[in-house]
Amino acid sequence: MSAREQILGRIREALRKPAPFPGHGHGGNDEHPGHEHAATPALLDRGGIAQPIIPLRPSVAARPWLPPGGVTHQEQWERFCIASTELKTTVFEFGSIEEAHAKLREMAIAQAWTGVASHHGPLTDAAVTALALPTLFTDGGYPVNDLEKCSVGITECDALVAQTGSILVTSRSTGGRALSVLPPHHLVLARRGQLVPDLGTALEQSKRRYAPDWPSMISFITGPSRTGDIERILVLGAHGPKQLTVFLLP
Amino acid sequence: MTVTLFIPCFIDALYPRVGISMVRLLEQLGHRVECPDDIACCGQPAFNSGCWPEARAVAEPVLTGLRNSEVVVVASGSCGAMLKKFYPDLFAGTDRFTEAGVLSGKVWEFSDFLVRGLGVTDVGAKFAAKVTFHDGCHGLRELGIKSSPRKLLERVQSLELIEMADNETCCGFGGTFSAKYPMISTAMGEVKCASAQATGADYIVSNDSSCLMHLQGLLTVRQQPIKTIHLAEILASR
Amino acid sequence: MTAAHQFLEQARKVTRDLRHRGLIQTALRKYEVKRDEKKRAFPDWESARQAAAEVKWDAINHLDTYLEDFVARLESRGTRVHWASTAAEARDAILGVVRERKAKAIIKSKAMTAEEIHLNDALEKEGYAVVESDLGEYIVQLRHEPPYHIVFPAMHLTRDEISDLFHRELGSAQTREPEELTMIARRVMRQKYITADVGITGANFAVAETGMISITENEGNARLTAALPKTMITLLGIEKVIPALEDLALFLPMLATAGAGQTLTGYNTMYSGPRQAGEADGPEEWHVVLLDNRRTELLADPEQRDALHCIRCGACLNVCPIFKNVGGHTYGTAYSGPIGSVITPHLRGLKDWKHLSGASSLCGACTEACPVKIDLHHHLLQNRRNAVVEDAPILERLAYQLFAMVVNHPTLWQFAKELGRTFQPLHRWVLRSKLDPARAWTATRDIPPMAEMSFKEWWRTRR
Repeated sequence: MSAREQILGRIREALRKPAPFPGHGHGGNDEHPGHEHAATPALLDRGGIAQPIIPLRPSVAARPWLPPGGVTHQEQWERFCIASTELKTTVFEFGSIEEAHAKLREMAIAQAWTGVASHHGPLTDAAVTALALPTLFTDGGYPVNDLEKCSVGITECDALVAQTGSILVTSRSTGGRALSVLPPHHLVLARRGQLVPDLGTALEQSKRRYAPDWPSMISFITGPSRTGDIERILVLGAHGPKQLTVFLLP
Repeated sequence: MTVTLFIPCFIDALYPRVGISMVRLLEQLGHRVECPDDIACCGQPAFNSGCWPEARAVAEPVLTGLRNSEVVVVASGSCGAMLKKFYPDLFAGTDRFTEAGVLSGKVWEFSDFLVRGLGVTDVGAKFAAKVTFHDGCHGLRELGIKSSPRKLLERVQSLELIEMADNETCCGFGGTFSAKYPMISTAMGEVKCASAQATGADYIVSNDSSCLMHLQGLLTVRQQPIKTIHLAEILASR
Repeated sequence: MTAAHQFLEQARKVTRDLRHRGLIQTALRKYEVKRDEKKRAFPDWESARQAAAEVKWDAINHLDTYLEDFVARLESRGTRVHWASTAAEARDAILGVVRERKAKAIIKSKAMTAEEIHLNDALEKEGYAVVESDLGEYIVQLRHEPPYHIVFPAMHLTRDEISDLFHRELGSAQTREPEELTMIARRVMRQKYITADVGITGANFAVAETGMISITENEGNARLTAALPKTMITLLGIEKVIPALEDLALFLPMLATAGAGQTLTGYNTMYSGPRQAGEADGPEEWHVVLLDNRRTELLADPEQRDALHCIRCGACLNVCPIFKNVGGHTYGTAYSGPIGSVITPHLRGLKDWKHLSGASSLCGACTEACPVKIDLHHHLLQNRRNAVVEDAPILERLAYQLFAMVVNHPTLWQFAKELGRTFQPLHRWVLRSKLDPARAWTATRDIPPMAEMSFKEWWRTRR
């Protein structure tokens, strides 16, 4: 018997005895009542069907219990900015593409960029042209050492998440796996309409866009690379970018 | 109402004043108090050590002795949790399981009985001191008692309640744990004593004498001035 | 020396070390402040916990179906899946890939499962150089130590100790700045990513619906580990499965909040295959190793099955007063703290690891903190019960039988109290000496005097 069959066999044998549904045996106290809440018992009898039962899944029912992302665009943008400030992500909102390109040139001078890494896309192509610096496009493959030497990685994104201040990138739409983490500065060009309220919405949107032919990697980036491994003191740029900048374009 | 008091073994032998205070308070509130002579322990030491048959040997007379009681009030959050929460586990699969469930429904921890059972918060007590309250973990997390003892303390004349930092952190007693792992138990107690002392209080008050026995033991050895006292004793002070 | 002796010895050492206890207590206090702040951002944390527990319950109680879905989808996109019943099988699967690829350098991102199966030892024994890329893991690797905590591996070290370590091992200049220390590691690691031929990762979740694994990290080291080496290997326990992609929208913020007091961890990345046609980079091949290693034994115990809900956030360690006073290394296990005390007896045998279930005051802070509502402290009680059933401590049971006899007979109980009163004055003669029968208590604590009149005696006087 293969290890696969052995393991699945042991699992099936083990599951012959049912386990109590969660929420039992927990105290809580009179100020934090443990388990009196809207229960979502839709899963009690699944009959071995592995397809999620929308909309009764507990994780969907849980949306209102999670940190909110805001309803209107304005609210969402405010939340995104508040989250970004806390994360030390730099955020700029522009009225026009030209303004954004001007800011880009200003940053390039101020931070003495020598080379840019990017991928082909409507926003990135225009930005890279405006910058007029030596550019490495990662699409279709690239020498890793060259990417490591670039001052900045400029990418588009799939979504900005208001709830958490996150940026959704993928290996297909934003230049591969390393572009957003190897250069010391990651600059994201996003459109206003790409702002979504929460992680759930971002995942749903990705599913509509890609499933079942997913990019091999999708990643929520939340702030510059960070560590607290030394005395729980925050340090940015542990392995990935020390700096994360978001440009919100009209 | 007839209240059956459950006096745990160590309160009987070491801290009778806690039980006496409860009797006086309940009688003052106009209730008849009963205390069966043939029940001495809830069986928690054996239960927590994993010796469930031996725990049942102690618990069975408790089930029998409290069978006809109207309400059972326990002088300790920990023993209260044993009767209310753990007897159904202990007797699961035995023919006394139903009885354990019935008893569980009748059991109250003392402070919670006063506040939520009887609706009393002011018992006319006076106690001139600064105190800090220690939540015994069983009372806090197994029985969900947090506000009742505080409501009672707030109504005690001349008493000032100061909350200590990390007031939900365990004191380190833990029953047999305190003797099986004394170094850990002591370290946890040191942390708790330090939090209590930082409040500048004269007394650590609790609804659990077992935690207080451990804390007072540490404080005495270290010759620290802060004292321990059971909530019932404060409520019986005039 | 048995694991139990080792535990006692280490506990004795650490509880006496006020500096060590102070260090971890300060670190965990910082965590608590941040966690509470982030919890307040949840309109209803308790209900979110319940939802998370229900999702995990569903996943674990239909584990076979979800695992098969997960694997089928992974394989359909060119990923090679290896099933490992034991730690040895998992090590062999990984060694097999490493050998076949003739790997020279291996980079690894944090994986507790790899600690569980002692993967680094196995790789090093065969002559392969493995570098831990997570900063904390790298630090403890340089010290030849296991991680101290499942989320904060180097929390027991001060910046000065780390500076000394880097100076000694890497020849860097001494510094007191955490930032400079981090940059030293960054520089070392950059070259390692580029030259490594194999990258090894763990996983936080395995999504059945889409055939993805999800990795949560702050540093970007897992991102790079999964981007640059030509071969990627992911090792994960079979219990990591969750049914649907949208479940991540619940688990990711809860993991971040409970685990580190963050809104969301820096990088949450889902991988569904090796580099796909048209993509810029990524590994040419991806091997996923699914580890049982007695998880199915835990699964077979319905009473404690919920321990498999664990998302390894470390919240139970962070609030545990035992952990805070004995530290992570004292446990001697890959998984320390309350969850370690619960599962280690299942994964490595109750006889040798039951002491971990005994070393608890059963305060329940862990259960209250657990984002997936594992009934942790009650499981410790169950382990104690099971240990007695499996291997009865005869003297202890006799003592409790005797105790039962005494407390069940009012006259005997009265006699015992009188005996106590008579002999207590004599106790003073041996107090705290080697002859003191209550030394475990009295060494650090005063013993309360027997009351001159017990409650029951007083009660009898009233009637």
